[in-house]
Amino acid sequence: MIALLRRDLALAIRAGGGFGLGLAFFLILCILVPFGVGPDSGTLAKIAPGILWVGALLACLLSLDRIFQLDFEDGTLDLLATAPLPLEAVATTKALAHWITTGLPLTLAAAPLGQLLNLPAAAMPALVLGLALGTPALSVIGTFGAALTVGLKRGGLLISLLVLPLYMPTLLFGADAARRGAEGLETTTPLLLMTGISAASLALLPFATAAALRMNLR
Amino acid sequence: MSIWKYANPTQFMRTSAWLLPGLSVLAALCVATGLVWGFFFTPDDFRQGSTVKIIYLHVPSALMAINAWLMMLVASLIWLIRRHHVSALAAKAAAPVGLVMTVIALATGAIWGEPMWGTYWAWDPRLTSFLILFLFYLGYIALWQAIETQDTAADLTSVLCLVGSVFALLSRYAVNFWNQGLHQGTSVPVATGERSVADVFFVPLVFSMVGFGLLFVALVLLRTRTEIRSRRLHALLARERAADTRVAPNTPPSESPTS
Repeated sequence: MIALLRRDLALAIRAGGGFGLGLAFFLILCILVPFGVGPDSGTLAKIAPGILWVGALLACLLSLDRIFQLDFEDGTLDLLATAPLPLEAVATTKALAHWITTGLPLTLAAAPLGQLLNLPAAAMPALVLGLALGTPALSVIGTFGAALTVGLKRGGLLISLLVLPLYMPTLLFGADAARRGAEGLETTTPLLLMTGISAASLALLPFATAAALRMNLR
Repeated sequence: MSIWKYANPTQFMRTSAWLLPGLSVLAALCVATGLVWGFFFTPDDFRQGSTVKIIYLHVPSALMAINAWLMMLVASLIWLIRRHHVSALAAKAAAPVGLVMTVIALATGAIWGEPMWGTYWAWDPRLTSFLILFLFYLGYIALWQAIETQDTAADLTSVLCLVGSVFALLSRYAVNFWNQGLHQGTSVPVATGERSVADVFFVPLVFSMVGFGLLFVALVLLRTRTEIRSRRLHALLARERAADTRVAPNTPPSESPTS
């Protein structure tokens, strides 16, 4: 598992493309939004939590089709399926690697980008904590979507259609926590609910992912 | 006698051929009765005027939109557990019907909402969860369309249906947390037994709901039959092609045990 994780991370960093692309997309989105809605800092502060969360979600989506696609094409996935490591563990590792290359940088980048969007300082802890707790769910759900579409030629667009409705609850609670933080309200409840979603998807979805992979490799 | 004998496509085709005409006529009668009675022979509401009559389309279609997904969930489970092809095809057949029901519910709701709420759309929990259901239907149908191998497609869409059901339920309760509701409570509470709709409106509504239910069953049967026929056609064509490529073309193709 650790070997697989290290391999995936090394590939993501050295092979170029995947790593950093999501981050760059996130950055560009956050820079573009003020041009779209105008530089009024009050308006920006109001929509900043939502923009940051939607941006993180879309950036996550960008790299999803790379999770299994390359491995499927060069046959690595077949080898992984026949390896002694259960496919469920492979799915978890893949999700973890995706989170380290996408979710973690996004979480770290959210604080400076929040300044760019004039996010109130009170919302910062809720936003960063929310992203840290919520992006694992995005990665795990995304891995499931990637497993469903792995055999397809042009799965990229389909993944978005399949995965976006599944992202809905996470986004809702995450953005709500940040918004409540901005208004100085209690943020524990949405954060706890979102952590529940993350924990449950982390525990259960790898089984669905592995099942989908087996169906695709059959 | 058990329900599993309809897992045999031939048996299913025979029974559904016998069932379909009667069911269709009954569905048409119920829908027509419910709609005509509802539209022309009920009084206008005290406050809502004649706009109240959209309930005869809105409530039954919303009901069937949810039940269609439920039926797909059960059919997907049957396919995953017992691998009956009819079940997978029925789930496939139900999805577009459910999608149309969702669109009808959303559209009639918007048309009713404009004069009553002053807006076509509000981010109300009920409206939002229906929009999410709409997206789930779209994703499900798109996945069926995208995968060429039929059995793999059935497998993957079934898994998507199971996971999607969990997340759809989750979203349903998450949106309650997110925004206050504008939509009124349910018109037909089964659990409490108390109705918020007067009898004069309720009786045609029951007709309409039963009619939409029958309509759904009839459409799903019809579409499943079409799917089975299209499968058979594909099998025939494949057999013919296999026969063409054989060295001696006039030997009869071996009977392969296709369903």
